[in-house]
Amino acid sequence: MTNEQIAQDLVAQFGEDNIFGIVENYGLLNVTTTTDTIVPLMHYLYQHPTFKFQFLTDLGGIHFPDVPSHEFGVIYHLHSLENNVRLIIKLYVTRENIVVPTITGLYACANWMEREAFDFYGILFSGHPKMERILNAEDMDYHPMRKEYPLEDATRQDKIDALFGR
Amino acid sequence: MSEIALVSSPFVGLEKAQVDKKYVNELTTLNLGPTHPATHGIFQNILTMDGETIIDAEQTVGYIHRAFEKIAERRPLYQITTLTDRMNYCSSPINNMGWHMTVEKLLGVEVPKRAQYIRVIMMELARIADHIICNSILAVDTGALTGFLYVMQWREHIYEIYEEMCGARLTTNMGRCGGMERDLSKEAIRKIQILLDEFPAGLIEFESLVKRNRIFMDRTIDVGAISAERALNYGFTGPNLRAAGVDYDVRAMNPYSSYEDFDFEVPVGTKGDTYDRFLVRGEEMWQSLKIIKQALNNLPEGPYHADAPHYYLPEKKEVYNNMEALIYHFKIVMGEIDAPVGEVYHSVEGGNGELGFYLVSDGGRAPYRLKFRRPCYIYYQAFPEMIKGSTLSDAIVTMSSMNVIAGELDV
Repeated sequence: MTNEQIAQDLVAQFGEDNIFGIVENYGLLNVTTTTDTIVPLMHYLYQHPTFKFQFLTDLGGIHFPDVPSHEFGVIYHLHSLENNVRLIIKLYVTRENIVVPTITGLYACANWMEREAFDFYGILFSGHPKMERILNAEDMDYHPMRKEYPLEDATRQDKIDALFGR
Repeated sequence: MSEIALVSSPFVGLEKAQVDKKYVNELTTLNLGPTHPATHGIFQNILTMDGETIIDAEQTVGYIHRAFEKIAERRPLYQITTLTDRMNYCSSPINNMGWHMTVEKLLGVEVPKRAQYIRVIMMELARIADHIICNSILAVDTGALTGFLYVMQWREHIYEIYEEMCGARLTTNMGRCGGMERDLSKEAIRKIQILLDEFPAGLIEFESLVKRNRIFMDRTIDVGAISAERALNYGFTGPNLRAAGVDYDVRAMNPYSSYEDFDFEVPVGTKGDTYDRFLVRGEEMWQSLKIIKQALNNLPEGPYHADAPHYYLPEKKEVYNNMEALIYHFKIVMGEIDAPVGEVYHSVEGGNGELGFYLVSDGGRAPYRLKFRRPCYIYYQAFPEMIKGSTLSDAIVTMSSMNVIAGELDV
C-alpha cells in the first residue's frame, strides 16, 4: 500500500473535482477535498478493506488571509494503524461560508478538536453536539489564532518589526 | 432509576410521574475542581451525582491556557523549545527532543549517532520520571503515601542527571536543533550508572508495596475501564491505549532517533482499567531501563552534534575567537536564519502517548502555523464515559491513572 495507490484509489472513487492537490511532504501524503466530500471520504477510508484509516491523530485549523478563495483550512491527520500509513486531508472554506460538516459521528475524539478549531479560528462545524469555546474564555468575542490579531500589542512602539530585523 | 432502587425508598406508594419528579430533585451537583488536591492540575469537572453514583460529568478545561501556538508564530524555531518544556512538565526532555527532531526534519539536518543515543538516554530517563510520578501518585490517591516517598528520591536523581546535562531540572530546554548542547559528562554517566544499578531495587520495593496489595487491587481493578475500540475511537495513545490491549507505540512503529537499534518490548494490558494502566506504566519503566543500559553500553564515538553551522549554535570559545562562529552565533540568536518552505509532521512517544508537532513553514523565521498534538487533550475527552456509573472515589483514581497533565491539556 503506497501513497500513490491511496491517491489513485481516492481519485477513482470521488473524482478529480473532489480529490485534488495531491502532494507528498516528507513522505506523508496530502490530499485536498471539499466540504461536501469530507464526511463520505472519512467513512470510505474508515471502511476500506485494505486502507483502514481508523485512527484520527489530529485535527486543526489554519488561516491564509491573503487567499480569499480558501481563507480557512481544516487539516485532518489520519493514521492507518494496521498498515502504519499516515494521511493528511485538507479542506478549505471562505470567510463568508465558514461551515464544515462535523466528523464526530465517526470519531469521538473529533469533538474537542473541532471545538478547538472553532475557538481559535471560528470555523463552524455543522452537526457538532456542542459548538462552544473550549480553551478560551466564554465571553471572548474574537478568534485569536486568526492572522489579523497580532501577537503583540500593536500600539507599542518598542516592539515594531523593524527593531527585530523583520 | 431502576425499580429495585425504589423499593425501600421514601417514594414507595407515589405515582410514577411524581417519583420521576422527586427523583430528579434528588440529584446533586458536585464541583470537582478547578483547584482540588486530587486532580493534580487545574481543571474542573461538574459531576451530577445520584447519591454516591456519578450520573454525568461535564468537563471544563483551559484554566492554564497560555496560547503557545500563537506565541510560536512570532518566535524563531530555536526559541520554541522553551514552550515545549511547559507542556508535559513531568517529562520535558521528550517534548524538547520531539521538537528538535521536527525542526531537523524540516531543515534536513542529519544528527550523528552519538547525539541520537544521548537523546534516547535522556528521553527514557524522562519516561521513567513521568511514570514514577503517575504510578506513585495513583498509590497516594488510593491512600498509600509510603511508596510515593520511596520512589521520589529517584525522580530527584533523574533531575540531577538533567541538571548535569542542561543545568535545569523541570523545564529543561535540553538539546539543540542538530544534536545536544554538550556531551555526556563523566558525572552524568556516573549518575546514570548509579540509576541503572540501584533504581531496580527501589522500583521493586515500590512494586512490592503496591502491586499485589489487596486494598490497591480492590480500588483499581475494573475501575475506569475502557475497551480497545472505544479507546481508539477516542484517540487514546501511549500507556492508556496499550492498557486496553492495542500495541501502538511510536517508538516501535515509526522509530526515530535510532530506536530501531534497541531491543525492547511494548507491554500491553487486557481490560484497559486502572490496574492495567498501572501495570503497563510499571513495565515500561523496566523497558526504559533496558533501553538506557543498551544505549550507554553501545554509545558510539564521534561528535555530539551535527555539522550544521547555520542552525547549531557554535561553542562559546569559538564565538570569542573565530569570526565565522561569531557571525553564525549572532545570526542564530537574532533569529535571522530563514527556515525552508514546507510542511512537516513528526511524532514521538511522549510520557502520555503520541506527541505530535505539525509545522507549516512559509519560508520565514517563525512557523506559519504550529499545531501540537497533545495526547492528554485528546484522551481526556473520554473521562465522563469512563466514570459514568462509578463512585467519586473511583473517578479520582481513574483520573489519576490517566495521567492528565494540565500543561499538556491546555497548551
